[in-house]
Amino acid sequence: MLPVHSHLTCHIWQDVICTLKIKLARISSQMQSPSSLRSFCAAAKEMTVRDALNSAIDEEMSADSKVYLMGEEVGEYQGAYKISKGLLQKFGPDRVLDTPITEAGFTGIGVGSAFYGLKPIVEFMTFNFAMQAIDHIINSAAKTNYMSAGQISVPIVFRGPNGAAAGVAAQHSQCFAAWYGSCPGLKVLSPYSAEDARGLLKAAIRDPDPVVFLENEILYGEAFPVSAEVLDPSFVLPIGKAKIEREGTDVTVTAFSKMVGYALKAAEILEKEGINVEVINLRSIRPLDRATINQSVRKTNRLVTVEEGWPQHGIGAEICTSVVEESFDYLDAPVERITGADVPMPYAANLERMAVPQIEDIVRAVKRACSRSARGK
Amino acid sequence: MAYVMRSSPSVQSGSLAPHSSASSVSSSASSSSYILRLGALNSQRSGRLSITRRAIGTANRRTRKPHGVSASTSELVAEKPSIKNALAITREEGLILYEDMVLGRSFEDMCAQMYYRGKMFGFVHLYNGQEAVSTGFVKCLKPEDYVCSTYRDHVHALSKGVPARAVMSELFGKATGICRGQGGSMHMFSKEHGLLGGFAFIGEGIPVATGAAFKTKYEREVLKNDKADAVTVAFFGDGTCNNGQFFECLNMAALWKLPIIFVVENNLWAIGMSHYRATSVPEIWKKGPAFGMPGIHVDGMDVLKVREVALEAVARARRGDGPTLVECETYRFRGHSLADPDELRKPAEKAHYAARDPIIALKKYLLESGLVDETDLRSIDKKIDEIVEDAVEFADASPLPPRSQLLENVFADPKGFGIGPDGKYRCEDPAFTAGTAQV
Repeated sequence: MLPVHSHLTCHIWQDVICTLKIKLARISSQMQSPSSLRSFCAAAKEMTVRDALNSAIDEEMSADSKVYLMGEEVGEYQGAYKISKGLLQKFGPDRVLDTPITEAGFTGIGVGSAFYGLKPIVEFMTFNFAMQAIDHIINSAAKTNYMSAGQISVPIVFRGPNGAAAGVAAQHSQCFAAWYGSCPGLKVLSPYSAEDARGLLKAAIRDPDPVVFLENEILYGEAFPVSAEVLDPSFVLPIGKAKIEREGTDVTVTAFSKMVGYALKAAEILEKEGINVEVINLRSIRPLDRATINQSVRKTNRLVTVEEGWPQHGIGAEICTSVVEESFDYLDAPVERITGADVPMPYAANLERMAVPQIEDIVRAVKRACSRSARGK
Repeated sequence: MAYVMRSSPSVQSGSLAPHSSASSVSSSASSSSYILRLGALNSQRSGRLSITRRAIGTANRRTRKPHGVSASTSELVAEKPSIKNALAITREEGLILYEDMVLGRSFEDMCAQMYYRGKMFGFVHLYNGQEAVSTGFVKCLKPEDYVCSTYRDHVHALSKGVPARAVMSELFGKATGICRGQGGSMHMFSKEHGLLGGFAFIGEGIPVATGAAFKTKYEREVLKNDKADAVTVAFFGDGTCNNGQFFECLNMAALWKLPIIFVVENNLWAIGMSHYRATSVPEIWKKGPAFGMPGIHVDGMDVLKVREVALEAVARARRGDGPTLVECETYRFRGHSLADPDELRKPAEKAHYAARDPIIALKKYLLESGLVDETDLRSIDKKIDEIVEDAVEFADASPLPPRSQLLENVFADPKGFGIGPDGKYRCEDPAFTAGTAQV
């Protein structure tokens, strides 16, 4: 639906954006506002994930002149998803670079410039296109600090939307969290809320290692409440720490990115049925916060992992194994994982709905995890 | 044949002139000298380039014509006949070039010996025969300049100043290697000497090199550092010139006028694949003008010619006039790697290039021109032998990396290993640095 790598005239884009807005409105009306589930103090300000990312990049580029942004359509087009809106006007074409459609080339250029101290932010229109550059992400960015025995570090951020959008079909919908998450030398982050987006992106830009920053296109337009602390220019979140979005006692549900919202919604439904769900927002795929996850499972004794990506060798597989390795005696039920279907993403809307986890799937899996217990709860 | 250049003005002005956009036509006349024009033989413009050309447009590409055959006038930019007197090399420079090439050759020969004795392992790709290219280019660079290479990187490292001991230890996999044994033959990095690697995938180093050149430009224009004028030289082979990343970088380097020199070490063979079987237009230098930069072809077995081209290309980049593509006709005397039986190359071809051994050629020139005498060269040979033997002894005596090195340097920020079950960062666990932590 969102055509990429093609040249569209303005009015077609407006149609597309209109349709997308309607879709988003539909999606957000289905999801209850998450503000009631927040445990921090109520804040007057709301911020969309898009604005959060934009403000994070803006502030980091203002603070450090070695930071620059590079990617397709990031400059004059204001960003394919408008994440870099206003940045070209503010920082000029030397720091906000529109590149030709040459992922391998410009990603390698970003990596090469990072070898000697610049701090590029490489934007991929979606992470699907990053597959054309994955050689540089893995072989020249992730492995270089190790291969050079610490001489050359690569302070680069690779960011862009990841995972399924709405009706964009197989080649635009893959979730890459598991692929990048398995690679040593990379840090992989996936924000959910505006607070996550701001804090984690700032941390990623300041980090001396290569960071893969997996955003979600559907979340860009979603607004979250943000406290004054989050809006502060020096706000960063630690890399490698998960967040307990909702505290609970009966079952632990882990999720990242868009699935956190679904898990929270599922938790509300389950609350009415007497099941008290603890939702963990992973935030960091690599390094995975095994400590928090295990601590939670030791409390609740049950685990359900949720992700949008494919099941085999997925994030859920890793979390389940981690829990089995470290907290086996605490488990009252087999671990459950909910993932996307083991198929390339279909186009038809009803098939697409079946190919990614929905709230009902999470509810069902949690109930399954709870009803299998040896001791009644 | 599709690649025969016609000499009609319309073709040239249309397809080859760096055109109307002001940024691609620099004010200095040197860029315009690379436009193919009618009757441009021996034209001397301010950006003089020495280019020895072989015939272009011949039907049969299987046999390379010996160099020195004149090309048709309509197809040349500028041809300089190889007048050695014009190359004006001093005695000191001559000795430096000789020493560097002999170091490269002796080192690689020693590598072969060590490999067959089992001291070195894995993939080892030797540079014998191509020394003129490395020496010719790298000896024109300043210490702050960058060199980016491929898996055939030992000699680039040595030319750039990495000590022979450090390279040999790295090949032996010892802790005293330039990368402490973590990189190996194909991954030589040296921050101190500006060696960007060492890449196993062909074409991978080209964007990285372009990034280093980009960094120079960024330093000048954004960070306002006028002294930033580091030039980057990217070395790669003929096989790479069919790879997409090569073209992507030619485009971006010309588009952004980056201070980079793309040096093609065309040794005619990519393992067992002949360049002519793999490439639709075998003249790699022609791909430069297609992207708006000069494309030069030079005899890569002659270090003085390579040096002259290199000096001009480096000066051009340092001035800010943008990138250059230099194709060096060269040859590797050994197989692709030490595991390659090298059965496909014809003995006649090997003999032809063996007769053009760059070291012998330079030696002959230095002696004939009276710049040096036999004793100077023999003392250099002896010195290099000692250096190489010392390197082997040093590497032999060096320790293997300690266990703790396994987990080190995965991240610049070791907290990247995350948080352990005790809630503290894993890198703070004492067992982590001892190499006994479970991660």
